[in-house]
Amino acid sequence: MLILECPYCGVKGEETEFHGGGEAHLKRFGPGSDDDQFHDYLFSRVNPKGVHLERWRHVNGCGKWFHAARDTMTLEVFGTYSAQVFEPPQDIKDKISAKRPGWQWREFS
Amino acid sequence: MSNAVSALSGAEFQGIAHVKEQGLIGMITLRGDFASDAFKAAAEAVSGCALPEVRKITVADNGNRLAWMSPDEMLLVCDHGAAPQAVADLTERLGGEHSMVVNVSDARAVFRIEGEKCREVVAKVAPVDMADFGVDDFRRTRFAQVPAAFWMSGAESVDVVCFRSVAQYMFDLLSVAAQEGSEVGVY
Ligand SMILES: [Zn+2]
Repeated sequence: MLILECPYCGVKGEETEFHGGGEAHLKRFGPGSDDDQFHDYLFSRVNPKGVHLERWRHVNGCGKWFHAARDTMTLEVFGTYSAQVFEPPQDIKDKISAKRPGWQWREFS
Repeated sequence: MSNAVSALSGAEFQGIAHVKEQGLIGMITLRGDFASDAFKAAAEAVSGCALPEVRKITVADNGNRLAWMSPDEMLLVCDHGAAPQAVADLTERLGGEHSMVVNVSDARAVFRIEGEKCREVVAKVAPVDMADFGVDDFRRTRFAQVPAAFWMSGAESVDVVCFRSVAQYMFDLLSVAAQEGSEVGVY
C-alpha cells in the first residue's frame, strides 16, 4: 500500500484518500511550439521502474495538488513537496540520493 | 416561504452506537488568505471562534464551530437560521479582501455517532487512525466511497458532515458499521 503525506494539511494517509495526477514537472508547449514539442507535451511520458516524480491530489482531504517522489517498484515514498515548484527541491533530491545513489529522472538527478 | 427540511429529517439507528441525522445545521464556506489580518479579524468576530490551527476545530461560547478545511478554506458551523446573517456580516466585514463566503447549509447533511464505540464505527469506514483523534481535531477524508469531514463533538460523540446528495448512503453505511454485535474491540 502506498502511504503519502500531504504537504499542505500534514495528513499521512493511504492511497485511497488521494488521486494520482500523472507525471510531474511537465512543461507546456502550446502556441508557437513546433509539432514535435507539442506531440511530446501531449503524449510522451516516462514510465520508469524505480525513482519517479508524480503529481498527486489530496482529493478526499484538503483538495490540494502536490508533488511526490517515490519508487514505482517498492512503493517507497522519498518525500512529498509543494505543487508551486518547477523542479524537486534540494532536500527531496538529497533524500532520493540517500536511498538511490546515482538516480536520474528526466533532466534531474 | 417553504419550510427548510434536512436530508433525512432526523433518521436514527441504534446499535453499538447511536447514529442520528442532525437536522438543519448552518454551514458556511469561508475562503481567503489566513495570513491576512483583515480575514482573521472578520472570521473571528463573526464566528466568535479563534482561528483554528491546521486540521483543528475551535468552538465559541454560543456553540459555533470554526474548522480548518484546507490552507485557504474554513468551515463555519452555526445555527441554520443564523447562517444568512453570518454570511452577510462576513461579506460586509471582508469588503474588498480577496475572499469567498457561501452559505452551504442546505448542500450538506450532518450525522452524529454517539456512544463509547463511536471511534470504532468511524474506524471501520474511514482510513483514519482513531487512537489519538482528540476533541479539537478535525479531519477531511472519505467514509467508504464518499467524501466526508468529521470532528469529536464530545468525548464519546463524533459529528460527520457529507454532501446532502449522499446522505442516505452515509446513513446506511454508518448503520451497518454500527450494527449490534459488530464491535471489533480496538477502541
Ligand atoms: Zn491535504
